[in-house]
Amino acid sequence: MDKTSKVLIVDDFSTMRKVVRNLLKQLGYENIVEAEDGLMALEELQSQKIDFIISDWNMPNMTGLELLKQVRADESLSKTPFLMVTAETLKENVIEAVKAGVDSYIVKPFTADVLSEKISQIEKKYG
Amino acid sequence: MEVQYINPFLEGTLHVVKTMAFIDARPGKPYIKKDNVAKGDITGIIGIVGSIRGSFALSFSEGSILRIVSNMLGEEIAELNGDIEDAVGELTNMVSGAARQRLEAIGISLTAALPTVVRGKDHSIVHVLGGPSIVIPFETDSGTFVADVCMRKDGG
Repeated sequence: MDKTSKVLIVDDFSTMRKVVRNLLKQLGYENIVEAEDGLMALEELQSQKIDFIISDWNMPNMTGLELLKQVRADESLSKTPFLMVTAETLKENVIEAVKAGVDSYIVKPFTADVLSEKISQIEKKYG
Repeated sequence: MEVQYINPFLEGTLHVVKTMAFIDARPGKPYIKKDNVAKGDITGIIGIVGSIRGSFALSFSEGSILRIVSNMLGEEIAELNGDIEDAVGELTNMVSGAARQRLEAIGISLTAALPTVVRGKDHSIVHVLGGPSIVIPFETDSGTFVADVCMRKDGG
């Protein structure tokens, strides 16, 4: 995973997709696609090679957790780095996401520094 | 409504506006609101359930929300449009999350629904429990906004 990686941002709020997109651009990522919910994200994942997923949790149609489970269950997608960005803060939810195979977790609201640090950790993990 | 339910929403609002829009909002004195009329031009409202239940609303004057969203997106937005409605929903969602995180620290576990957004002069805020609610006013250099909290224990 490097700055040429294709990043998929999944969030039902266009504002947050734009905020995350702006932060990613500041970090040097230019190859960015967006989806409004888990179902649309799966369509993007099936139609093109995605290197890194940044997903909200609470979304209509398919939640971020359901998307994560589908990604991990699909052999061709299962190794895709997955960062959850969400307002969900219940410990049970965090534990459930970790069990489902999330690589990292950010609680909204977050600063550019926090996102940068989490992405650096994931870059190191996946090389 | 107990004071311990209010402070997390006050702190959560300050935290979200500061972190996302780099604005230090100035809180005023909370007061009780008995009618349904919104204090702002655009409002996000979200239902919350768990060991207490009710709803929470964020209601912004046009000036305050235009500045907040312009700062969030790094571009100037001059009118209340779809981008602003979307941002108000997400700000409501984030403040709800920040407040729930603080309430969980004192043993109150809650989950939230998806927010809805209403706009227009003198529009209504209809709380899940009907009301009354506690309103926390905030000032910014670009205008005012309020956090409007109506949370109770069942039977409380």
